[in-house]
Amino acid sequence: MTSPLFSRTVTLLALLLAVPVLVILGSLVTPQPELWTHLLDTVLADYVINSLVLALGVGVFTAAIGTFTAWTVARYQFVGRTLVQWLLLLPMAIPAYIMAYSYTGLLDFAGPVQSQLRLWFHWSYGDYYFPEIRSLPGAILMLSLVLYPYVYMLARTAFRQQSGSLLEASRTLGLTPRQHFWRVALPVARPAILTGAALAMMEALADYGTVQYFGVTTFTTGIFRTWFGMGNQLGAAQLSALLCSFVLLLLYLEQWSRRKLKFYQQGQKQQEQSRQPVQGGAGVRLLLLCLSPVIFGFLLPALQLVGWALERLEQLWSADFIQLLINSFSLAALTAVVTASLAICFAYAKRLSGHWSLVLPVRVAAMGYALPGTVIAIGVMIPLAALDNSIDLWAEQQFGIRTGLLLSGTLVALVLAYTVRFMAVALHSVEAGLMQITPSMDNAARSLGESPVGVLRRVHVPLLRASVLSALLLVFVDVLKELPATLLLRPFNFNTLSVRSYELASDERLADAALPALAIVLIGLIPVILLSRALDRSNRGAT
Amino acid sequence: MKFWQKSLITAAFTTAAMAQAAEVNVYSGRQEELIKPMLDQFSKDTGIKVNLITGKPDELISRMQSEGRNSPADLLISTDVGRLHRAEVQGLLQPVDSKVLTDAIPAHLRDPKQQWFGLTKRARPIMYVPGKVKPEQLSTIEDLADPKWKGKICVRSSDNIYNQSMVAALITQIGEEKTQAWANGFVKNFAQPPKGGDRDQIKAAAAGVCDIAIANTYYLGGMFDDASDKAAAEAVKVFWPNQQDRGAHINISGAGVAKYAPNKAEAIKLLEYMVKPQSQSWYAVTNHEYPVVADVKWSQRLESFGQFKAEQVQLSTLGELNAKAIQVMDKAGWK
Repeated sequence: MTSPLFSRTVTLLALLLAVPVLVILGSLVTPQPELWTHLLDTVLADYVINSLVLALGVGVFTAAIGTFTAWTVARYQFVGRTLVQWLLLLPMAIPAYIMAYSYTGLLDFAGPVQSQLRLWFHWSYGDYYFPEIRSLPGAILMLSLVLYPYVYMLARTAFRQQSGSLLEASRTLGLTPRQHFWRVALPVARPAILTGAALAMMEALADYGTVQYFGVTTFTTGIFRTWFGMGNQLGAAQLSALLCSFVLLLLYLEQWSRRKLKFYQQGQKQQEQSRQPVQGGAGVRLLLLCLSPVIFGFLLPALQLVGWALERLEQLWSADFIQLLINSFSLAALTAVVTASLAICFAYAKRLSGHWSLVLPVRVAAMGYALPGTVIAIGVMIPLAALDNSIDLWAEQQFGIRTGLLLSGTLVALVLAYTVRFMAVALHSVEAGLMQITPSMDNAARSLGESPVGVLRRVHVPLLRASVLSALLLVFVDVLKELPATLLLRPFNFNTLSVRSYELASDERLADAALPALAIVLIGLIPVILLSRALDRSNRGAT
Repeated sequence: MKFWQKSLITAAFTTAAMAQAAEVNVYSGRQEELIKPMLDQFSKDTGIKVNLITGKPDELISRMQSEGRNSPADLLISTDVGRLHRAEVQGLLQPVDSKVLTDAIPAHLRDPKQQWFGLTKRARPIMYVPGKVKPEQLSTIEDLADPKWKGKICVRSSDNIYNQSMVAALITQIGEEKTQAWANGFVKNFAQPPKGGDRDQIKAAAAGVCDIAIANTYYLGGMFDDASDKAAAEAVKVFWPNQQDRGAHINISGAGVAKYAPNKAEAIKLLEYMVKPQSQSWYAVTNHEYPVVADVKWSQRLESFGQFKAEQVQLSTLGELNAKAIQVMDKAGWK
C-alpha cells in the first residue's frame, strides 16, 4: 500500500537525525558512581525540582496566555483586532536571555524602577519589599512571556479552522457562548494547545542563558557545571540523558491525554465562523487585555534595548555588521526550509504506516528540542568528526591522499545541528495540522489513482499551508536566536548576530550587546509579519 | 607554447602560491571584541592571515579533541589557566621552544613543559563601600568567613570559573579541610543568594545590598567606561587581600600551540607577537587586564586600583583542583 522507496528514505533520514541524541543516550553505558553519589548528596534534588517547577510553570502560563489571546482574536471583533493579532507574535523574536538581561536592568535594585521609588518615598535598602526578578518565579515569567506565542499561534489556527457549524450545533443544543468555549471549542483545540505548551516546556527545560543568569540551578546549569567545571563530559552527557527521560515522559503524557481525541475538519469549511462584535468599553478592555503580553513581552524589553543601543550607534554601519545580518538571515532561512520539508515527510510517512521502525527514530530525533544546544552540538560534532577522520584514514591507506575534514567545521554541520534541535517544533506544527485532515481525503485521492507521494503533494501540502508556514516561521526565529550550537560548530571567521550579542552580554557589556540583539528582534519581525499576513490570506482562501 | 597552455600553467602556479600564503588558525576562548583588533594588527605587520573561531574554551577543546589529527587549529587561546591545563592533559597541545616567550614571561605564569604560556593576568580582589567598611577592617580572604561579616558579602554563583579557580587556589595553599571550613562560613555571610555576574555584585554593593563585593578588576574597569554603570563603579574601592602573606588571587589568560597545528611556525610567531610591549599594553588599555611582561606600562585605570602582591601558585595545579573546588562549594551550599 505504501511506497517502499519513500518510507525507506524517510526512515533513513530519521535515523540519521536520531544519531546525535543516541550519542548522548549512549553515555549511560559507562557508569560514574562517584559523580552520582556526589550529585545525589548535594545538588541533584535541586536540579530535578527546579527544572520540573520551571517547566510546569511555563506550561501553565503559556497555555493560559496563548489560549486566551487566541480565542479572543479568533472569536471577537473589537477595535484594533487586526493589529493585535500579529502584535501578539512579537515576543517570540526576543531571545530569552536578552529578555532576562533587560528586565534585570529595569527591575534590579540599582535599576530605574526601584531607584525612582526610593527617590519618591525616601526609602533605602531594606525599608521596603520588592519582588526579586532573578529567581525561579522570575525565570518562569521571562520564559512564559517569550514562549506563549507557540501556544497562541497553534491555538489561533485551530480555533479558526473550527467550522461555523460547530458553533451553530452547540447553540442549537442550548449552550451559552461560555459553555461552547469550555465544552466544545477548547476540547477540539486541545491537541494544538497541548502541542504549543509542550514545545514551550521543552524549550524551558533546555534553557541555559536565563536560569544561569538568574542563579536558578536546573538540569542545564548542572550539565554545564559537570562538564566545564568538573571536566566530566561523560557525566554531563548522562545528566542530559536524564533530562531526555523527562521529555519522553512529557511527550508520552501529551500523546496519552489525547488518545481518544480524533477530530477531523472537513476539507472545506461549510461556513465561515463570524466573529462576535464587541463595542465600546468592553472592546477596549479586550484590546488592553490582549495588548498586555505584548507590552511586557516585547515593548518594555525592546525599549530598554533601544535605550542601550542609542548609546552605541556607531557600531551600526560597519561592513562587519551588515555581514552579520546576512549570515544570520540566510542561515535561518535555509534551516527553516530544510527542517520544514523533512517534518512534512516524517509526519506523512507516520500517517501512512505508523510502524515502530519509523516512529521511534522520529520520536528520538524530536527529543533534541529539550536538550541544550551545546549538548546537541556535541552529539553532532563527535560522529561527524569520526566520519571525516575515518574517510581521511581510509583515503590515505588506499590512495595516499589525505582528505582532511570534509564536513566538520562547515555550514553542513551547523544546519544538521539546527535541524536536530528544532525538528520537534516543525514536526509538532505539521502533525497538528495533518491530524485535522480526515483520512477519507487520502482514501478518496488514492481511489482516484493518486500515488501516496502524489496525495502528499496535491492534497495535504495545499491543505497544510497554514501549519507549514507556522513551522517555517518558528524554526526561522529559533535559528536566528540560537546560540550554543552556532558557537561550537561554525566555520572560521563566521559570525552571527546572536554570537555577537551573546559574547558582549556574557562579558556583562549589556549596552554593547543591545544593538545586535535589537537586530535579531527586527529580522525576526520580518517573517512574523509576512507569514502572519500569509496565514490570514490562506485562511480566507480556504473558505 | 600555446597561449592556453601558458595561462594554464600560470593559473596552476598562482593557485599553488595562494594555497601557500601564510595563515594561522586560531581557536579563541577570548571573545572576538577582545582579540580581533590585535589579530588584525598582526596580519598587517606580518602579512600572515588569521582565521578565527571564538567560543567557550571547553567547547573549543572538545572540538579539537573530536577533530583529532585533522584539526585545523593552530593556536588555542583560553581565558583561564584551568582550561589550558585540561587541553594539555588531553594531549591537544605541543611544547614550544621559544626564547622570546621564556624571556618575556615569568616562570610561574607558564607551563613547566612549555605547552602553554600566560598572556595577561586577571586579579580578583575585594571591593568595599567606603563609609560602611574601613580598609583597616579588611585583611584576608579567609577573614571573610568570620561571622562579623554576616549578611554583608556579595559574590556570584559557584558556576563561575573565577570563583572555582579562587577556591582551587585556596585548596592548594591552605588545604582542602580548611578551605571547606572557610567556604561554610563564607556562604553564611552572603547578603543574598548569588545571582548575576561580577558587575552585578559591584552594583549591588553600590546600591546598599551589601558592603563587600568580590569581582575581577577588569569588570570594575569596564564599568568606568560605561555611562550607565559609572556611578556604581565610583561607589566602591579596591582592597588587595592577603598582602601580608601569600598575595591576592590571580588567574591568567593564555595560549598554547595545537598538537596537530598545520601552521606551527606562524602560530609561534603569533604567540611571540602577543608578548610584545605594544600588544601587552593593548590588553591593559582595552580590557583592564594586567600585563605578564614586567616592564610594560599599566593603563591609568589599573594604576588607580593600586599596586599589589599576587599569589605565586603554580597555575597548572588550579586546573587539576577545579573539580574538587566545585565539590567543596556544593557542600557549603554556595549556589
